[in-house]
This record gives sequence, structure tokens and C-alpha cells, in this order.
Amino acid sequence: MLSSFGVILVFFIFALLLVAAAIITAAIIRPSHPNKTKLMNYESGIEPVGTPWILFNTRFYLIALAYIIFDVELVLLFPWAVSFRGLGWSAFIAMLIFVFILVLGLFYDWAKGYLDWDKPKPYIPELKDFIDTKE
Amino acid sequence: MEISKFINELQSSINFYGIIFYALALLIVVSGLVTILANKLMHSAVALLFCFFGVAGIYAMLAADFIAVTQIMVYIGGILTLIIFGVMLTTRMTEANERTAVLDSTKTAIGALISACSGIGLVLVFLLGDWKQVPLEELPESTLQDIGNLLFTNYIAAFIAAAILLLVAFIGAALIARRKN
Amino acid sequence: MDTNIIYSLLGENFVSYAIMAIIIILFITVYALIAILAELKISAWMQRRYGPWRNTWHGVGQPLIEVFKLLQKENITPDRADKFLFNLAPFVVFMGALMAFAVIPFGELFIPSDLNVGIFYAFAVSAFGVVGIIIGGWSSHNKYSLLGSMRAAAQMVSYEIPIAICLLSIATLNGSLNMETIVVAQSGWFWDWNIFGGAGGATKLFVIPFTLSLFIIYFIASLAETNRTPFDLPEGESELVAGYSTEYSGMKFAMFYLAEYTNMFIVSALITVMFLGGWNSPFGDFLNYVWLQPAWFIAKAFGIVVMQIIIRWTLPRLRIDQLMYTSWKVLVPCGLFCFLGVALYSMLSL
Repeated sequence: MLSSFGVILVFFIFALLLVAAAIITAAIIRPSHPNKTKLMNYESGIEPVGTPWILFNTRFYLIALAYIIFDVELVLLFPWAVSFRGLGWSAFIAMLIFVFILVLGLFYDWAKGYLDWDKPKPYIPELKDFIDTKE
Repeated sequence: MEISKFINELQSSINFYGIIFYALALLIVVSGLVTILANKLMHSAVALLFCFFGVAGIYAMLAADFIAVTQIMVYIGGILTLIIFGVMLTTRMTEANERTAVLDSTKTAIGALISACSGIGLVLVFLLGDWKQVPLEELPESTLQDIGNLLFTNYIAAFIAAAILLLVAFIGAALIARRKN
Repeated sequence: MDTNIIYSLLGENFVSYAIMAIIIILFITVYALIAILAELKISAWMQRRYGPWRNTWHGVGQPLIEVFKLLQKENITPDRADKFLFNLAPFVVFMGALMAFAVIPFGELFIPSDLNVGIFYAFAVSAFGVVGIIIGGWSSHNKYSLLGSMRAAAQMVSYEIPIAICLLSIATLNGSLNMETIVVAQSGWFWDWNIFGGAGGATKLFVIPFTLSLFIIYFIASLAETNRTPFDLPEGESELVAGYSTEYSGMKFAMFYLAEYTNMFIVSALITVMFLGGWNSPFGDFLNYVWLQPAWFIAKAFGIVVMQIIIRWTLPRLRIDQLMYTSWKVLVPCGLFCFLGVALYSMLSL
């Protein structure tokens, strides 16, 4: 089994070597005349405004959270998939309970709307908003 | 085959196992240090990638194939992605210089205490543990079957408990993240 | 080892591993050139135009010329970018792509690494692609790149769940995560393939609907996993310029491109292994020689690649909320249902 991982290690090293070789070859033959405009970030032709490194949306965070939890649950099911043949119905029922609990969580989040892509709800001003009613 | 004989002799004369172990250990330690000492949060997160990768490599060397792959899948695919998304959630922290930030002394003290305790604990485990070395030839072909057999006979209660724990985590995480939004 | 002709000729040592890695890299290069040409030609054919035609005979040399063009391109690193991470990203992305290749079984005697958790591993290393794309997008210091990489990551992690469920079902059906075992279990005629319920008697009629649906689920999810249309929001050119690779130029861009095509082959190869009988000939022993098996394998996998290309030029792009809806509310529940069906069948047919 260690030899199987040895092959993977060799592939890992070769992946790094290949990318390095490609970039170094390009570095030898390509021209390099940087100037200020060229090194500017692309923003549809206008000068970049502000920085993109700002607060980001929570929606992406929620997806990553849901992914981890599902991932861990599925990882725990993989040992069942290869060993259930010798374990009989008790293991099968345990697996069923496990999947049931998993589905329960999924349906809870579904029903509560946590799985919905949280669309921004812009407030569209109406005519009455512009009329000052205080007077 | 003369050449293959020569290569095999050359290979057995080098302790590949040792070299790879020390390379991985170095990778883990260096990337762990970078995680702590980097100026930008994003650099810390990327250093964690190599740290996790190194740990997966150590698992692979311990012939724990399933754990090694799970390490890659859950830690690099899941937790690291989550951390990076989390980094992006922190306002302006991506550009801020962490090392100039001021920590109050109680927090520093608690942190130091926890690290000292875990450090001493690890050293004790290392010193007091009854370490056995399995010869390379006696390593099992795959650990997956054995994990399955144990998980669904002796540890079946833990398996179900894990399901409930994950359910709570799933609901709770979504609840908290949504409320703050 | 009797699983690889090169290892049995040269012995199991680092030299034979390196030779195997070089063969795979050469294969990837040739395959990528052919796949890019196929993309150009098929898109032209589907839109009733000629496609590349001027350079070389009927334009077949176009991808090679593009590689040389990219080689000469100036390499621009934006001055506000995070230079170290910007240069690191192509390495991470391509690393994930090539490492997955280490377990792809091209034939009985052409298995680079006969890992016992092979199929699980090939799926797990796609995580490097996700992280590499985020690193590339973030370090560019470009709004389009960042948005594109965030979308790519969110979409890839969402669609990894249906893929994992498909892997789990196939592992249950064949009782192994080892690619060789899964392929050998499907040997015989094409109705013994996992897409048609694997080898078995009349009782397998029960499981055929489930395996067919799993195949469709996996195919849809794999399109999203490789960021192909209709799931190509990360590089939706009409809104995000070029997504996470906006700021990349020259050879670094080429590496992203190569990794994308490599990933296309990997998901196709996984479909081939899991559902289409791997290296087996579809017609029993007909032309099922050991030296012809890689040809069968590559033909099947390339067929799936061509299907992906045809779909790219057929379907419009999804919106991001539709994308998440498809994953979490359609594919995951359907996949779990199919998994339970397959599990029940495997349990009853013990």
C-alpha cells in the first residue's frame, strides 16, 4: 500500500516540476516590458476603484458549512459501503438511521429556507416616499 | 535486467521512508509557523493548506489510507474553504497587518497557558506512550474494511451519536449564520 | 506489481514511477491539444461555421500554435496583486489535476497506482482545485477574479456532495473503493456495466432505474465540478470577463486552462470507471486484449468529454440561485434516494 502512495508522491513532484518547467521556459523566451498601465488591475478599462478585499457575503460561508457537515456524514458511510456484506441487517439499520438523521437536517434547513440563495431585496422607492407627509 | 537491479539496489541503499518523513515533518512545522507568523490572514490560510497536506502525507506513511484521504477531503476541501470564506467575511482584515494588532494581556496569558498545557501533554504522551513499530511487511493492505467492521459492531453507538452531533451542528450553524446576516 | 507493465519490467522503484508520471504527462498534453481542437471544431460545427481553418491542414494545428503563442506572451503580474499567492495558484490547481491521474486505471496493466481507496482519493484531491482557484482569484486583487473564484468555490463544494453520494452508491454496489475491483466487477457485455445495474440476474431490473439516475446525477454534477456550461458562472464572460483567471496571462493562464481540460478528463474517466465498465470491451471478449484496453478506456472517456463539449454549446447558463437549487434540492435528495435503493438491492442480493 505504501508503494501506491509512493506513486502519488512522484506524481505530486512531477506536477510541480511541470508547472515550474512551463513557467521557466516561458520566462526565457517571452518579452518583458512592464509599465504602469500594464500592471494596473483590469476593471473594464477604467482605473480600479477601491479594493476587492472587503467584507464578503455570508451566503458563501453557509454553503461551505453545509458542505463540511455533509462531507463528514458521507465519509462515515464509506466504511459501511465496503464492509456491509459481512455485517448483516443490524449495520444496515444503523446506516438507515444515520441517513434518516442526515435527511432530517437537510429537510429542516430546507423548510426554514436556509438552503435558498439569499437574494438581495433592494428597496424600490415609490412615489409616496418622496412626498413629505409631515407637513 | 541489469539496469533495474542497479536501480533497486540504489533505492534500497537510500532510506526513502526516513527522507520522506522528515520532508513532511519539515513541511508541517514550517507551514504551521507561517500560519501563526504570517502578516496577512490569507497567507495563514494558504499555509494551512500545506500543513494539512503534510499531515495527510504522515497518515499515508502510517498506512492509514482512509484517514489520509479523509484528511484531504474534509480538511482541505471543507475546512480550509470554510476558513478562507471566513477570512473574507472579516471586514478589512484581509489587508490588515495582524502583528501590529494589540492583544490584551489576559487573552495572551490564557493563550500561553493553553499552549503550554497542550505542549506538556504532547511531550508526556510521547514519553509515557508504549510505542510499537510494525514492520513494513506486516502492514495491512487496506484499513477501510477493518474500520467498517469496528464502526458497525463495537462503536455503533458512537456512530449514531456522531449523526446526532452533526445534525445539531448543521441546524445550529445555519441558524447562527443566518441570524447574524 | 502485476498491475502495471512498466513496474513489472523495471521493478518497483522511483525510476519506474517517474517514467509512469512522464507517460501520463505526455498523455495529458496530447489529450489537451486534441480536446481543445475538438472544442473549437465542435463549437464551429454546432454553430454552422468553419472554426479554425487557416493554420495548417484544416486548422488541426491550431491548439499547438496557441500553445506557442501563450509561451511567448508577456507575463503580467498586477502590481497590487499578492505576488506570492498569485504565482502559487497555478501550481496548486495543476497539482490537484495531475495527482488525481495517479489512480486512473487505463487498463489491466496500466494502473499507475492501485490505491485501495482509489475512487475516493480521485474525488478528494479535487479539493486542491477549489483551493487553488480561490487563491488565484483572491490574490489577483481584481473584483472579477474574486467574484469568479468565490462562485467557483461555492459551486464546486455544493456539487461535490452529489458526487460523493454517487461514489458511495457505486462502492456499495461493488463492495469496494478500489478502481480495479470496480472495473473487474463490470467485465462482460455492456449490460453488465454499473449504469445498467452491474453484473447480475433478472433481479437487477430493480436497481437499473437507480443506477441510471445516479449516472445522470453524476454527469450533471461533474459538469458543475469542472465549471462547464451550463454551470460556467465562474467565468461567465458576459458578466465576469474571465472569472478567476482574468489577471492571468501567458503560461500561468495556460496552466489554468490545462488543469481545466485535465479535470474534464478526470471526471470522464471516473464516469467510465464507475458506470461504463472502465477498460472492458462492451462486447464480451471481442477485442478485449490487454494492450487494447487503454484504447477502450480512452475512447469511452473521450466520448464523455465530447458530450460535455456538445452540452456546452447547447445549453444556456444557469443563474446562481438556480445552481444552488439544483444541487441542494434536486441532486442531493435524489442521490440519497438512489443510494438507499442501491443499498437495499445490495443487501437483498447477498
